[in-house]
Amino acid sequence: MTTHILPRVAGASARVPRPDPAPAAPRGLAITARYLEKSFGGHPVLRGIDLHVPAGQFVAIVGRSGCGKSTLLRLLLGLDQPSAGQFWFGERAGSPPGAGAVRIMFQEPRLLPWAQVLANVEVGLGDHGRSAEARQRALATLRSVGLDSRRGDWPTVLSGGQQQRVALARALVSRPRVLAFDEPLGALDALTRISMQRLLEQVWLDQGFTAIMVTHDVAEAVALADRVLMIEHGAIALDVAIDLPRPRERGSSEVAELEGRILRELTKNAAPGDDA
Amino acid sequence: MTRGASWRSLIQWVLPLGLIAAWQLLCSIGYISDRVLPAPSDVVAAAWGLLRSGELVRNIWVSFWRAIIGLAIGGSIGFVLGLANGLSRRSEQVLDSTLQMIRNIPHLALIPLVILWFGIDETAKIFLVALGVFFPVYINTQHGIRSVDAHLVEMGRTYGMTGAGLFWRVYFPGALPSIFVGLRYALGIMWLTLIVAETIAASSGIGYMAMQAREFLRVDVVVLSILIYALLGKLADSAARVLERRCLGWHPAFQRGSV
Repeated sequence: MTTHILPRVAGASARVPRPDPAPAAPRGLAITARYLEKSFGGHPVLRGIDLHVPAGQFVAIVGRSGCGKSTLLRLLLGLDQPSAGQFWFGERAGSPPGAGAVRIMFQEPRLLPWAQVLANVEVGLGDHGRSAEARQRALATLRSVGLDSRRGDWPTVLSGGQQQRVALARALVSRPRVLAFDEPLGALDALTRISMQRLLEQVWLDQGFTAIMVTHDVAEAVALADRVLMIEHGAIALDVAIDLPRPRERGSSEVAELEGRILRELTKNAAPGDDA
Repeated sequence: MTRGASWRSLIQWVLPLGLIAAWQLLCSIGYISDRVLPAPSDVVAAAWGLLRSGELVRNIWVSFWRAIIGLAIGGSIGFVLGLANGLSRRSEQVLDSTLQMIRNIPHLALIPLVILWFGIDETAKIFLVALGVFFPVYINTQHGIRSVDAHLVEMGRTYGMTGAGLFWRVYFPGALPSIFVGLRYALGIMWLTLIVAETIAASSGIGYMAMQAREFLRVDVVVLSILIYALLGKLADSAARVLERRCLGWHPAFQRGSV
């Protein structure tokens, strides 16, 4: 079912007129982290992260459970405060510029069950989500993920993949300059996952935001990202550029080679019994 | 489907109607003495008489009014405190253990004290009803707020919701199913309290009507009063269920095909 939707999704997103005149200049925002540290109760989780992500880059962050990758995302979103160091958004230190400039997609859809699909997308517009113009914009975004026919449904009647597409529309509707993903496809079945990966790549190519994706799945990281970072014991252990042309072919020898290299690094120092 | 639905709405009446028919039959053949239990037809006749004198409507109205005022007062205090203690740890630390202590006193045990304070005035009954409905509303509101999915709250915050926005869009709708449980429970306690209070100390209302009838050995009026309480209770519960269905249309338990 999800595979049938794919061509329609891609076609629809190409046809949709941009809800507002999109600036032609790159819309992504460069992100820099300097000496970023975070500890919880004296236990260090991040130990001095130095990182520069150019505007519009797609970065995947991989690492074992508990390596600190989700903490890094929470700091980026401002959900937690760093113990030392800080993030820079473009030229600004600390907090991101303007409401809706930085958005996150969680592992769970986290849709409001008491709001219909369209109203859930409007949540992404913040306080000015009630005007007719906002409604048009939410509807256009919903169309770009191929779900405008479900606008009046309750989220509970949608499938897991559809719910995650609504969550994507909610994250996209404010036209963010940075979009963070916290294992957004972790809970989906393999086929839905592949079609969602193509959708993510498509909207990223269309909109040019800076994408930061935390994932367990090295294959997913290599399929989508310009650059893969591996975090180990709270520090960046590996930084690989993926220069393969898009759309990338799954199972091609270059993809498999890169994937193997990253996986070897990931498992190199793993003690038996460690969570992979 | 309509046939199925109408059959389902009919089926709930089969048992009560059957019981009434059996009751009428047993009274008519003299198996049950009318000093013990008058026949349904006698109860209907008593209702007709009281209806014509205007006494019935007046007493129902008085009882209904007491119930609603008591529910409004006790329910709003319980609702507000439940919200406060659900949302704020500080408020809970200050208030909750005191409220739990008061909760463990059966509110009907306060009747002698309430009569000393308020006499057998309206205030006494309304006070007792308010006290009775307070706790179920309070506890379920607090529980509802507490059990709102923390993931949704975090989502709301990352999407810029704060204060009132977060409350009306996340906390309140999330707590609503539990608040309705509290309301329906409170409605039951509301009638129970009122029956007891009106039976012991009142000069009007259905409970008073029943006590008067007892003194004159009018068993038919006593039975009528009991039936009216049953009807009012059922009506209140049905009203709450209709409201629940309208407000919780999103909830899987209230969607088409279920219930």
